[in-house]
Amino acid sequence: MADASWIAHLLWLLPVLPLAAAAGVTVSPPSRRRRAAAATIGAQAVAFLIASALFLVVLKSSGGGDEIVRQTFNFTWFNFGSSSLELGLLLDPLNAPMLVMVTFVGLLICIYSVAYMSNDANFVRFFAFLSLFSAAMLGLLVANNLLLLFICWELVGLASYLLIGFWAHKPSAVAAAKKAFITTRIGDLGFFLGMIWLYAEAGTLQFYAGGAGILEQSTLTQLAAGITIGGMALATAISLLLFCGAAGKSGQFPFHVWLPDAMEGPTPVSALIHAATMVAAGVFLVARVFPLFAATAGPDLVSTALTTVTWIGAFTAVFAAAIAVAQTDIKRILAYSTVSQLGFMMLALGVGGVAAAIVHLIAHAFFKALLFLGAGSVIHGCGDEQDIRKMGSVRRFMPITFATYAIGMMALSGFPFFFSGFWSKEEILHVVHGWPQSPVPFYLALAGTALTAFYMTRQMRFVFFGNSRAETAAKPHESPRIMTVPLAVLAAAAVLLGIFATPAWPWFHRFITGGTATVDFGRLFTAGTLGLMFLSILLVGAGVGTAWVVYRRLPGSASAPDPLERRLPRLYRALADRLYIDELYNATLIPLHGAAGRAADGLDRFVWNGMVAALTRIILLLSALSQITDRRLFNQGFDSGCEILRRSGGRVSGAHNRNIQARLVYIGSGMVLLFILFAWI
Amino acid sequence: MITDAAFIAFAVLGIVTLGATLGAVAMRDPVHCGLALALAFCGVGGFYILLGAEFLGFIQLLVYVGAVAVLIMFVILLTRRPDSGQDTNSRGFWSALAGSGVALGVFAVLAVAISRSPSIQTATPADPEASIAAIGRMLVSSHLLPLKMIGVLLTVALIGGVLGAMQEGGKLER
Amino acid sequence: MITLESFLLVSALLFALGLAAVLTRRNAIMILIGIELMLSAANLNFVAFWRFGANPEALTGVLFVLFSIAVAAAEAAVGLALIIMIYRHYRSINPLKFNVLNG
Repeated sequence: MADASWIAHLLWLLPVLPLAAAAGVTVSPPSRRRRAAAATIGAQAVAFLIASALFLVVLKSSGGGDEIVRQTFNFTWFNFGSSSLELGLLLDPLNAPMLVMVTFVGLLICIYSVAYMSNDANFVRFFAFLSLFSAAMLGLLVANNLLLLFICWELVGLASYLLIGFWAHKPSAVAAAKKAFITTRIGDLGFFLGMIWLYAEAGTLQFYAGGAGILEQSTLTQLAAGITIGGMALATAISLLLFCGAAGKSGQFPFHVWLPDAMEGPTPVSALIHAATMVAAGVFLVARVFPLFAATAGPDLVSTALTTVTWIGAFTAVFAAAIAVAQTDIKRILAYSTVSQLGFMMLALGVGGVAAAIVHLIAHAFFKALLFLGAGSVIHGCGDEQDIRKMGSVRRFMPITFATYAIGMMALSGFPFFFSGFWSKEEILHVVHGWPQSPVPFYLALAGTALTAFYMTRQMRFVFFGNSRAETAAKPHESPRIMTVPLAVLAAAAVLLGIFATPAWPWFHRFITGGTATVDFGRLFTAGTLGLMFLSILLVGAGVGTAWVVYRRLPGSASAPDPLERRLPRLYRALADRLYIDELYNATLIPLHGAAGRAADGLDRFVWNGMVAALTRIILLLSALSQITDRRLFNQGFDSGCEILRRSGGRVSGAHNRNIQARLVYIGSGMVLLFILFAWI
Repeated sequence: MITDAAFIAFAVLGIVTLGATLGAVAMRDPVHCGLALALAFCGVGGFYILLGAEFLGFIQLLVYVGAVAVLIMFVILLTRRPDSGQDTNSRGFWSALAGSGVALGVFAVLAVAISRSPSIQTATPADPEASIAAIGRMLVSSHLLPLKMIGVLLTVALIGGVLGAMQEGGKLER
Repeated sequence: MITLESFLLVSALLFALGLAAVLTRRNAIMILIGIELMLSAANLNFVAFWRFGANPEALTGVLFVLFSIAVAAAEAAVGLALIIMIYRHYRSINPLKFNVLNG
């Protein structure tokens, strides 16, 4: 143990390496494309190696008993007064596989981007942003402190903003970037408030700090016992606030609107950030602070926070899957699929299945990254065409893409037995089935499963089968190897991961929850498991079958109506218009904000400004008065005095002139006066 | 009746002299003024004769009327410019009023002094002897030095007047 | 009867008129005329005082006027020469313009 534990001390390198790469690439000139790509990929590769080593360390250390082994590295950031702000890094079975997943997917996507972005003028900047994102995401994962997590959380949001708006020449990209940033900010406000409240109550934001952390028993008991507004437990209230942030980041209803628009960014970004890693951060957050969510005053009580998470997750899963059915943009379908799958994860968390959620998260990260990169390959091959109605028969031109995409699609849809998605989804269904409060989330999850199969089959039919409906004459072509290799690797991962997640050998789940996994194929055949598996396979089959039948005959041209639209026009339109959520926001929240803004503006302008203006008027009046007194009274007094002096001086000096005759007149008059004076006397 | 004749002569001389003087002072055209001046000098010469100083009267006519008045006339004609009117100053009226007032005041003072003076003897003595021979004797005996001084003075004035009138800018005028 | 007072009053009038000419006329020649008039008034006074004086045999008044006339002649000659010079210099005989030496 001790001999390998030094590797754990490399934990800090994980975020720092990509950060250094980001800094280096940022200051390098735009012409240094190879160096920028090399720096980013190199940092990512080293981070991947470290993460793998750390994973092995955790694996080894947790090999023993049922206890979860955590390694924390706490340090003091700064002191203020008598208190100090502690930060810390954490390595535990929860984040170790996430670290591996993020670095692995990140590495593949960086490699893929080299080809995908090769024609972009801002290639270097793109890699700087990718590195920044990677650093922030890894920092988020290794944080042992809610504040540090929040900082990285916001940095991730910033990177997301920068990358969605990367093609800033497109107004839609700029709008999408703003929408993403602002929508997640609304959720983050809840996160922030919850964090402050938590700090006020607990006095620390460390997760684990030798018994004093916020996720440890003493604090949790205190928080669960505290009662706040409406009889809610403190822990519940804070958890709900934190969940706002998680829902915003993970695109849960009602914050889901930004995620489909985020597809305006480059496809590797969509794959990395808006499918595999960042959007999973919300799920990770809930999983990380799960003890806080689950904290109740008594063992029999149900946590309101978790119930909320369950319902939101279940609703989002079905809701987004339904919308995905009627989308025509290849990336938007995947985006709604992501929202739906994140809903599944939230659902699993809500019913207590942390392990199920994380397993699904990681499995999803692989196959959704695969799907996005596959979609990117298709888009690239079809000449930047994203509308599936204008594709078709791509299978014939891009065989590798087709094969890997099919694997991803089957993993997502939950094709039985050989795909990770099947097993991870089975596990979620299993835990949801066992939720004592209500059977409805279970049914919603089943509906979501069927819908997922349906929309993925539809997409496959449209893109890869049938006749080409492309409007341009150019034939699609297979992508270069630097793009297909990551696809193949991800496809392999999507398949192989299933091995570790079957109920027969629930190694992954045990790894996360602690304990040892044993191989027991008997578990496959217990009544509940078998029944669920059967039901699930049935539903997937139904979804795929229905879609296959509905889309047996594809529309002949891009402008022809969708087959489903012909059958259920009204429903289809509603779904295609994303159930009018954006319109609802446009009609309600945005005018509300506008009105509030106008009200504040009016308050500012008329009330405060009026007061200030009135005050100004009074002061102006006073100064005008003093000006008048000054000018009219003092100034004019002095002026006229001076004027009198000057004029009399002028007069007197006029007498003292150069006129010799006038002087004689004075002399003469003086003489006369003198004479009169003498005669008088 | 000599007395009456003298009184008539005095009155005529007074009116002529003062009228000519007024004209010499007040007329606009300097040429008229010069002519009036000559008449006034004649009147003064008449007064001398009336007072019994005949020699002085003729000298007055000779010098003043014959020389000074003629000289003044010459200068007036020499400096006469058709374009420059006289007394065009805007303050002329007020300064004329002031000058006239002062002159009037001086006259009033003199008149008052004359009328109140106690030393003036009202009785008229007998006509004194002022023959040219007596004046000539006095000039070459007791007043010899002033006579020579006057001669020098007249010579200097003559030279100065000629030089001044001739010279311009330090050069003799051609 | 013609008294001393009559001559003195005529002389005073003559003097006042000469003074008025000196004080009011904007012409150097007229000023000179005024001066000559005032001088004549003084001469008239001398002669009148001599005539009505206590000792007419001394002929002082007559002799003084004789010298005075000579001085007046010289004065007129020099004054008129000055006026000519000034006129040449200034092209004017307005005494208000002769102010170069004025402070």
